[in-house]
Amino acid sequence: MKKNETRYKIDRTTEETQQVREGSVIRLSTLLVLILAACSGIDAATAEVKIGLTISTTGPAASLGIPVRNSISLFPTEAGGEKIRWIVLDDASDTAKGVSNARKLIAEENVDAVIGSSTTPVSLALVEVASETRVPFISVASSPRIVLPMDEKRAWMFKTPQHDFVMADAIAEHMAKSGAKTAALVTFGDSYGDGWLAEMTRALEKAGIKLVATERYARTDSSVTGQVLKVIAANPDAVMIAASGTPAALPQKTLRERGYKKPIYQNHGVANTDFLRVGGKDLEGTFVPTGPMLVAAQLPDSNPTKSIALDYVKRYEDTWGPGSVATFGAHAMDAALLLEKAIPVALKNAKPGTPEFRAALRDALETLKNVPVTHGVVNMSKDDHNGFDNRARVMVVIENGKWKLLQ
Amino acid sequence: MNTDIFLILCQDGIVNGAVYALLALALILVFAVTRIIFLPQGEFIAFGALTLAMIEEGKVPPTVYLLVVLGVASAVVALWLEPTKNRGWGLVGLLLETIVAPFALLCLTVWLPSREFGLLYSVVLSVAIVTLMGPFIYRVAFQRIADASILTLLIAAIGVHLALTGLGLYFFGPEGSRTTSWVSASLQLGALNISGQSTWIIGVTVVLVAALYLFFSRTLSGKILVATAVNRLGARLVGLPIDRSGRIAFAAAAFIGALAGVLIAPQTTVYYDSGFVIGLKAFIGAIIAGMVSYPVAVVGAIMVGVIESFSSYWSSEYKEIIVFSLMVPILLWRSYSSKHVDEEE
Repeated sequence: MKKNETRYKIDRTTEETQQVREGSVIRLSTLLVLILAACSGIDAATAEVKIGLTISTTGPAASLGIPVRNSISLFPTEAGGEKIRWIVLDDASDTAKGVSNARKLIAEENVDAVIGSSTTPVSLALVEVASETRVPFISVASSPRIVLPMDEKRAWMFKTPQHDFVMADAIAEHMAKSGAKTAALVTFGDSYGDGWLAEMTRALEKAGIKLVATERYARTDSSVTGQVLKVIAANPDAVMIAASGTPAALPQKTLRERGYKKPIYQNHGVANTDFLRVGGKDLEGTFVPTGPMLVAAQLPDSNPTKSIALDYVKRYEDTWGPGSVATFGAHAMDAALLLEKAIPVALKNAKPGTPEFRAALRDALETLKNVPVTHGVVNMSKDDHNGFDNRARVMVVIENGKWKLLQ
Repeated sequence: MNTDIFLILCQDGIVNGAVYALLALALILVFAVTRIIFLPQGEFIAFGALTLAMIEEGKVPPTVYLLVVLGVASAVVALWLEPTKNRGWGLVGLLLETIVAPFALLCLTVWLPSREFGLLYSVVLSVAIVTLMGPFIYRVAFQRIADASILTLLIAAIGVHLALTGLGLYFFGPEGSRTTSWVSASLQLGALNISGQSTWIIGVTVVLVAALYLFFSRTLSGKILVATAVNRLGARLVGLPIDRSGRIAFAAAAFIGALAGVLIAPQTTVYYDSGFVIGLKAFIGAIIAGMVSYPVAVVGAIMVGVIESFSSYWSSEYKEIIVFSLMVPILLWRSYSSKHVDEEE
């Protein structure tokens, strides 16, 4: 009897707990449903297009990411009658962080597209995320490997900066035209440098120039004397320095200090005012292939990108001070401009926040034709997710501490 | 390789090595007195150089605001930790150090634009700002845990390093800076082109080594530092102010770091995070000296500089690998040759 009583008690207690549990579960779920309803109510009231950004505003690539973050306030705020909301996260130039940022933006914010990231390694990792989650991504990094060769995975990936090989060809052609027979390359000792080494080797071979020395250095090196002596010993007709931002100034300063007088080329990764400030007079006469945006004011009025680029430069410098504009921020602006054109097309087929809309947005991006942006004119196709032609590059020479367009 | 290249590489290596040597001295000093492996040592280089660059541009360097904040924080910490010591004259001294001095520097940077006073004024101002940060950082981050194990102190040092690097990015931005050269003259010796700036670097290193020697052997403060370094517990038992020793060591470390920073700023581009790698190479020099001997550290650091210079000529791609791989045989040799003494905890 006693045993039964106990058992009854136990049964009752479990039952009670169960009831309590059930009660709380019901209460909780009601709450959850209410919250969700409230959220969706808000969503329905202002159906907006959400675009995520994962960019490198800290870490080694911060000089690429910070101008992007500064440009966000200049991005279009609506397209096709819908509001656009830009959500920005920092990936600290780190691949794992970039991937988790992208997943977070997609899972928690339900974004319709992602812009990012600033560097090639992170962008390559995002290709996987883009194809898996079926969300269109627009990278603002420079390596052609992000969108080439076009395959099923890269179908969701787009890219706004000019391909490295476009710039490498421009340099090699210019060297050949000015009569150089031999050249040396000084570049970073990382994957960025590896990419440039491969591109320059190919481009120089095509132009009939012999690569006589290849030297590597690190972004934070305080001296490159050893490398520069080796380059000078090889006596090349021209030296190409492939590095991004102010670190590109050190090898050039050392080359000039050690008496190297022949032409020096830089790549489009140096196109900001800080580079001119740090390099000073040692940069005079340097050739730099870059997007037309850098010398927008000097472009002929017939150039379709001139007005757009000038508008961006003006609005950026109004906000962040004179001389603050960099080409890196403009790449993100271009991504935003492409989205502004593609969103109205996609809106005809689906509502924002749905998988159908994301697919429609991707298709719309792929069929953009003759869209002028700050760096050139974009003609996308199924195989070309960059869309730039030769109008997206100009050769610039540094004169009196300023960028001057070479006609 | 011909003699010219050999000489140029030696010269480049010695100049870089001299900077590593300065930092190695600071690392050993801090370690000996406080047992802290002071990872953020390199940050003082970046702070010193970039503060100078900003003053030269005619801007107010944000480091001076950081200094004021750190000063207030360390005043609060001091009053909270040892209210008894900080009464009467003690309190006056504390307030002079933590509140008045930073505000004085703030007023100087804001109200007395340096351009009219020339380079020396800017240099002294930058070095003063960064030097004062040293003791404040010690008070805020380390004084409370001064008796903890070396590992705990190292972890705290890593925390300080991360905080300072983050602040550096926020203050100075991602791009680097260069300052104007102290002397534009240079001396041509055959193929060797000896710049005035590199003479300054070598000269300052020599003077500092001599000054440190005199400080430790001739002054009371120096002797207290040595006593604290030799036996912390014993020093405390005989009534030596070991907390003050810690702060002096940090001030010296910050001073040396800032000085190294303003010295190399005209030679190379300095970034917000440049200091860390320079600090690591200095650390190799300090390790060669077993974190004990100042002269051996200087020799070791200059050796690191020379090897770095030569490896960047022979095989630039593997330069860092070569330099850091050096650690392995040196550590092996040290651990077999020196008598192992258990650390008193």
